[in-house]
Amino acid sequence: MAARTLAQRKQITAWLYASPLVIVLLPFFVAPILVVLIASFLENDGFGGMVRHFTLANYAAIFGAELTWRLYLSTIKFAVLTWAVTLVIGFWVAYFLVFHVRNQLLAIGLFLLCTVPFWTSNIIRMISWIPLLGKNGLVNSVLLSSGAIHQPLEFLLFSDFAVIVAYVHQLTIFMIVPIFNAMARIDKRTVEAARDAGASRFDVMRFIVVPLSKNGIALGSIFVLSIVMGDFFVVKVMSGGGSASIVSALFEDIAVLQYPPAAASAVVLLAIVVIMIALILRTVDVRKEIAR
Amino acid sequence: MSERIDTPNTVSINDDSTKPEPGVDATRRTVLKGAAAIAGAAGAQAITGFPLIWAQDIKNIELRHVGVSYSVVKAIGDQASKDLGFKVTMQNLDTSAAINRFVTQPNSVDIADVEGWQSKLATRRGVLQGIEVKKIKEFENILPIFTKGEINGKVVSRQGISPYEAMYITKPDATELHEGVTEWATFLPQVYNADSIGYRPDLIKKPITEWKELINPEYKGKAAILDVPAIGIMDAALCFESAGEIKYGNKGNMTKSEIDFTINRLIELKKSGHFRATWTTFDQSVQLMAAGEVIVQSMWSPAVAAVRVKGMPCIYAPVNQKNGKEGYRGWCNGMALMKHLSDKKLDAAYEYLNWYLSGWQGGFVARYGYYSPVPSTAKKFLTANEWDYWYEGKPAKETILDPYGVPMEKAGAKRDGGSFLERVTNISCWNTLMDEAQYMNKRWNDFKAA
Repeated sequence: MAARTLAQRKQITAWLYASPLVIVLLPFFVAPILVVLIASFLENDGFGGMVRHFTLANYAAIFGAELTWRLYLSTIKFAVLTWAVTLVIGFWVAYFLVFHVRNQLLAIGLFLLCTVPFWTSNIIRMISWIPLLGKNGLVNSVLLSSGAIHQPLEFLLFSDFAVIVAYVHQLTIFMIVPIFNAMARIDKRTVEAARDAGASRFDVMRFIVVPLSKNGIALGSIFVLSIVMGDFFVVKVMSGGGSASIVSALFEDIAVLQYPPAAASAVVLLAIVVIMIALILRTVDVRKEIAR
Repeated sequence: MSERIDTPNTVSINDDSTKPEPGVDATRRTVLKGAAAIAGAAGAQAITGFPLIWAQDIKNIELRHVGVSYSVVKAIGDQASKDLGFKVTMQNLDTSAAINRFVTQPNSVDIADVEGWQSKLATRRGVLQGIEVKKIKEFENILPIFTKGEINGKVVSRQGISPYEAMYITKPDATELHEGVTEWATFLPQVYNADSIGYRPDLIKKPITEWKELINPEYKGKAAILDVPAIGIMDAALCFESAGEIKYGNKGNMTKSEIDFTINRLIELKKSGHFRATWTTFDQSVQLMAAGEVIVQSMWSPAVAAVRVKGMPCIYAPVNQKNGKEGYRGWCNGMALMKHLSDKKLDAAYEYLNWYLSGWQGGFVARYGYYSPVPSTAKKFLTANEWDYWYEGKPAKETILDPYGVPMEKAGAKRDGGSFLERVTNISCWNTLMDEAQYMNKRWNDFKAA
């Protein structure tokens, strides 16, 4: 038997290493996506049936509708606002934990404390804002009784504001964890050396902490952006049904068994989220980060 | 919210069988007792074409009855299991998740709980089997609203998809509905009501009897509407019709231009800040009203009762038909047999359907304001006081309890909307699935995104 070349053997080993992931991804990810992709090119009989006839009408309807642009605009607005707020909060929480809490045990303790709110379901966490922000809610009654306002603030609940509050509450942890992780790997001696060499706090931040946390920020951004882009429940509940998202519109299609248009919307959304993530990944090498 | 979670309400029989069952004999006795009770209730009527299944054969059968939470209720399934000797498991999904499951995973369901319009969809998809009418003992006693499309000689409205319209097929495996009475039914009506508006009488000083009050500018920022497109559009149509802004050919099956008019007006109202919110679940509507966020909204009768139980005054507006306008929006859920049922399981399913119409369930749902299609059997399971209050619209002589025994109305209270007959004869349209459903959905999303 001819001996296999080293390269061949390496290739087989590589495939073996990858096989568990492939075995999971093929049936649970690739196959469903393919089904959705195929469905998006089929015709719809109006009764939940799909006619096996190739059509581009579903896509034409999506790109031709003003609704699509408005849905994307609204969803991207939520995504960007949530991303900005969670980034600021997440970054500073992580920074505090890593650089200001000297005792490592305490830092890890505080870090775990950040996860406590996440022990309850995110639905409960979202709903619990409603009695707080409502017209007769806690915030309004405190403000009213203190004389700060004379009319209850209506923008607090069933508004874009409420949606952002709920998202930030739910998703900040997804920023904290990767940024904390990236920052914890920064060699403290680098920071000390920089200070000794006369760098200001701002310079340390600019030239050391931020560049070295970039990977964590990128990972956190991917989590936050992709979750917001794919959500419909928070928008639905916290906006009081006043705002729609891409997925909520798609869900209405499914509710009346309009599968092909829903599939086409899903494919378009997937493509856009993939592009977003690809752009983020271009700025950092996550692989390097994980291997470090 | 909880409606979105697909939780089986009860443990399946298989889990039970691993545990020592304390009273298999007791169970059998209950079966016999239950059977005797049913036979008794049926009176002199002969039980025909109805195979009696032995307890030994059926005790391993499990029927999965799947549908929305306000129609498929755990307590009813538990009682059925007790009376029938086999296991009935109730599973709740929201309206759209339910129809999706019936169509895409028909074998995971035994009894599908469907509305008229869903029955039309499911029939078309061929996931149901026809119900043989002559095997249903109480069929003759089902109100003619459902079986004949009329009540007291008056034709019931056909705007939207009336239960009668969705009820018949010509053969068990037909995929097209049939106009007119046949031997085969697509679904067996089990619970229904007439929906209208709920409002806070302490904040709205005049009595509301017309849908247009929901869009009255006086209540700007304090109104809400139902956000299930197929139902919400009907409520909106009732409002605009009531305000004299439009006359629909058929509210339940609008033309594109009628849809455009309705949605454009909704968008205008939304932009002017008229709607504080929209709601999709029972609980949300109760919360909106109880928390003082809204003072008028489209609402369901038990939701109004739930607000009152929280100590907040709330009235269910009587919107009787007048001048060819107004009227309630009716809905009806029924049980359909899935195609895969056969042999003993099918027999068990028929027993279950018959049990369902034999009165216990009718009495149960009456206590939260819904109706049974066979009031004559429900009456046997209600006290005279309850019957008078819920069905006759008379003032309660003593405290009215809800199905779980919690006091909900004091003596002297009177049901909003009057008697059963007054309500159902004033149904002017039904929940629907329009021919232009796809277009309507798209436009409804325009409203949501505006």
